[in-house]
Amino acid sequence: MHKEDQPLIFELSTEGRIGYSLPEMDIPEIALSELLPEGYLREEEPELPEVSELDIMRHYTALSKRNHGVDSGFYPLGSCTMKYNPKINENVARFNGFAHLHPLQDESSVQGALELMYDLQEHLIEITGMDEVTLQPAAGAHGEWTGLMMIRAYHEANGDTKRTKVVVPDSAHGTNPASATVAGFETITVKSDENGLVDLEDLRRVVGEDTAALMLTNPNTLGLFEENILEMAEIVHGAGGKLYYDGANLNAVLSKARPGDMGFDVVHLNLHKTFTGPHGGGGPGSGPVGVKADLIPFLPKPVLVKKGDQYEFDYDRPQSIGRVKPYYGNFGINVRAYTYIRTMGPDGLKAVTENAVLNANYMMRRLAPFYDLPFDRHCKHEFVLSGKRQKKLGVRTLDIAKRLLDFGYHPPTIYFPLNVEECIMIEPTETESKETLDAFVDAMIQIAKEAEENPEIVQEAPHTTVIGRLDETMAARKPVLRYQKQ
Amino acid sequence: MKHRYLPMTESDQKAMLEKIGVSSVEELFSDIPESVRFKGEYKIKPAKSETALLKELTKMAQKNADLRTNTSFLGAGVYDHYMPIIVDHVLSRSEFYTAYTPYQPEISQGELQAIFEFQTMICELTGMDVANSSMYDGGTALAEAAMLSAGSTRRKKILISSAVHPESKEVVKTYAKGQYIEVIEIPHKDGITDLEALNGMIGDDIAAVIVQYPNFFGRVEPLKELEEIIHAHKSMFVVSSNPLALGALTPPGKFGADIVAGDAQVFGIPTAFGGPHCGYFAVTSKLMRKVPGRLVGQTVDDQGRRGFVLTLQAREQHIRRDKATSNICSNQALNALAASVAMTALGKKGVKDMAAANMQKAHYAKQQFKAAGFEVPFEGPSFNEFVIKLNQPVKEVNQKLLEKDIIGGYDLGRDYADLKSHMLVAVTELRTKEEIDAFVKEMGDYHA
Repeated sequence: MHKEDQPLIFELSTEGRIGYSLPEMDIPEIALSELLPEGYLREEEPELPEVSELDIMRHYTALSKRNHGVDSGFYPLGSCTMKYNPKINENVARFNGFAHLHPLQDESSVQGALELMYDLQEHLIEITGMDEVTLQPAAGAHGEWTGLMMIRAYHEANGDTKRTKVVVPDSAHGTNPASATVAGFETITVKSDENGLVDLEDLRRVVGEDTAALMLTNPNTLGLFEENILEMAEIVHGAGGKLYYDGANLNAVLSKARPGDMGFDVVHLNLHKTFTGPHGGGGPGSGPVGVKADLIPFLPKPVLVKKGDQYEFDYDRPQSIGRVKPYYGNFGINVRAYTYIRTMGPDGLKAVTENAVLNANYMMRRLAPFYDLPFDRHCKHEFVLSGKRQKKLGVRTLDIAKRLLDFGYHPPTIYFPLNVEECIMIEPTETESKETLDAFVDAMIQIAKEAEENPEIVQEAPHTTVIGRLDETMAARKPVLRYQKQ
Repeated sequence: MKHRYLPMTESDQKAMLEKIGVSSVEELFSDIPESVRFKGEYKIKPAKSETALLKELTKMAQKNADLRTNTSFLGAGVYDHYMPIIVDHVLSRSEFYTAYTPYQPEISQGELQAIFEFQTMICELTGMDVANSSMYDGGTALAEAAMLSAGSTRRKKILISSAVHPESKEVVKTYAKGQYIEVIEIPHKDGITDLEALNGMIGDDIAAVIVQYPNFFGRVEPLKELEEIIHAHKSMFVVSSNPLALGALTPPGKFGADIVAGDAQVFGIPTAFGGPHCGYFAVTSKLMRKVPGRLVGQTVDDQGRRGFVLTLQAREQHIRRDKATSNICSNQALNALAASVAMTALGKKGVKDMAAANMQKAHYAKQQFKAAGFEVPFEGPSFNEFVIKLNQPVKEVNQKLLEKDIIGGYDLGRDYADLKSHMLVAVTELRTKEEIDAFVKEMGDYHA
């Protein structure tokens, strides 16, 4: 990585320089002051940079060199499924006939786009074992909230208005309880047992006639399959609640088990995880939601339907929860996911899961002698270690993560899930080779040894990055959230 | 099986299984109970080679009438604009698009700095103190603004102008339902928010008043008068705004807006059949700690060097869990990057020139329609859109236009019962005089 500080684009600005080429003005011009009422013509110019095209390219190239992506190196960030982002996806998404369509064009002029959306829905229905899918939600958390709003509408339509609680395991993603709150529910936490699975006794205790739904990730965030899933479904359904599947970890079970067959009523998928939408530095994602038949009336509108060989949007959905997003979802990401699914086919998707799970188990076994393994059983696509042993030596999980930066790796997810002390959560994905996994494991083993023999080198890491550990306390105490011209 | 995305070889697999201590991959799935095991293969289309798939998808894309080969006069919240070529070159740097949220700032300074610059540019355009790292889109950003207002004022009613984008209005209503908030529409009068009606509806129980600037009909809302009415009741003044228009219009911040939200699609982001676009969210410094989504802040490292981090995270879902006021986790980082590059390319002068060109060209088109005998119902100051009245259904006209490779304007009758046969026409800087004249002539022929 580049060591020199890269100035802000505003600091590179020089008055009078331009970086654009606007179309010619071929009509008679009128002073804007004649077109606007007094006080509405902008007087103070926005302080945007004034730079040439080469200045721009150099600036962003320099910034890109100060950034680590999957294409830069291994990125075993647990729960995020940082697999390879295929390049054909990028080409297809940029086709004029996909990238440059207006969402409000006449349906007759976008049949190809609708066909792609419809076929993607069909593929996702088969993959999840659900009855219908909407592509409208923009991301996983958005999908969670959409699904919970549908569950709420379903209970309300049944006159079942006392169901105000959503049950969430203590190992759940933070978005689960937050989505429940935003959908108007109260969150109840269910404990994990000593095996890292939902404690059935505790589930029986918290589920009742006020339960709207149980939200579950399976395999859960510890990378463990909730093997009592059918019993859990019985408990929740028996009490009149619905079962919600957080699809963040779907990469672990493609072709092995489908949420629809496990008793789930609502599913959201993260197309930017399992289905290779690039993470983009934090988005855009795409979070389609699948439902069982009894929830179909509540899907966000419009719903895409096929009539003969024509596709159209159905807006006449009286029980729909309404729109959750303008237009029809993050189409550009959906195009990428569709391209990926069509590239892999059924046997390809099966191999994806098998290799992801094999990779995770292999790493786990190689690392087990050097770090605490809180749950000693086969994992699925990811596993968690605990840095407890190293903590006793004065080396925290955060230090281990920072030390990994010196080896050129993006560290695993750390301090999550919350129910494991000094947690290190590793998800290798299926697109990494054995050589890569071995090299990473070797680095982890070396760090474990350093923790014993030379803890300072870990505690003071990173040593090779463009910048050292940053003062986050100062950032929060005296927030500087924008550049101010001096 | 062999696949170009899967590097595993048979001998790798053998060695790995040995290390794990199992005899087959299948054994690793023994924890999934038989009763829920999926047997066999998905009934989905078989895999295709790179070449064959490209061919098939090329054909699928060609079934669509795109904005590159057709001439578009359709806007209504999504616009066909000049996209500096350089934007896609920057976006294609895979250090950006294959990274995730910058959780590890030491190896994410590029992304963090780019977002910090984005936040700054949004503040500059909107005239606000603080902007976040982006939201899903303009519609959901507006919904989050409504939620923030209700949370912060502890009031449960929102007034929204009927001249706000109809789909954004629907999204606000869906979110409001989640939080048991009532949303009431303020009627418009001659295409702008009816101030008299607003005066009758507002009270000390109103959390926020939401207007759009320029509004859905392209008109410039009287923000000055609106502000006086709204703040007299200590309600939040929420403005949904097209940031390109703010190159020419006095920014909402100058008129005392509390929250400005909208979509930066106008800056270098393809229409993409409605998404992904790029919501933005800007507030006064008073509301800084209530902003949803991610914020990037400047700080220093242990040697005093300038650096950037995600900050004020105590607001967010992964810390607050069920106490969080928003569940948003991701943002639209890559599209915020696209918008930053486009705003940088345009710069101080370009953004003003581009905004002016939109106003000029739309004004020219409006005059041509008037000269051709069309009624322009909501006459008055506008940005790049205006309404014309047709003597036949808009849908039929648009189908005839499609045969001439023209994508016509938006059918307002879809959302406004009293605006049947009214078309919302958008004219951006991309439309040439020739295209505008041909469009008006074609429309005139149908109108006769």
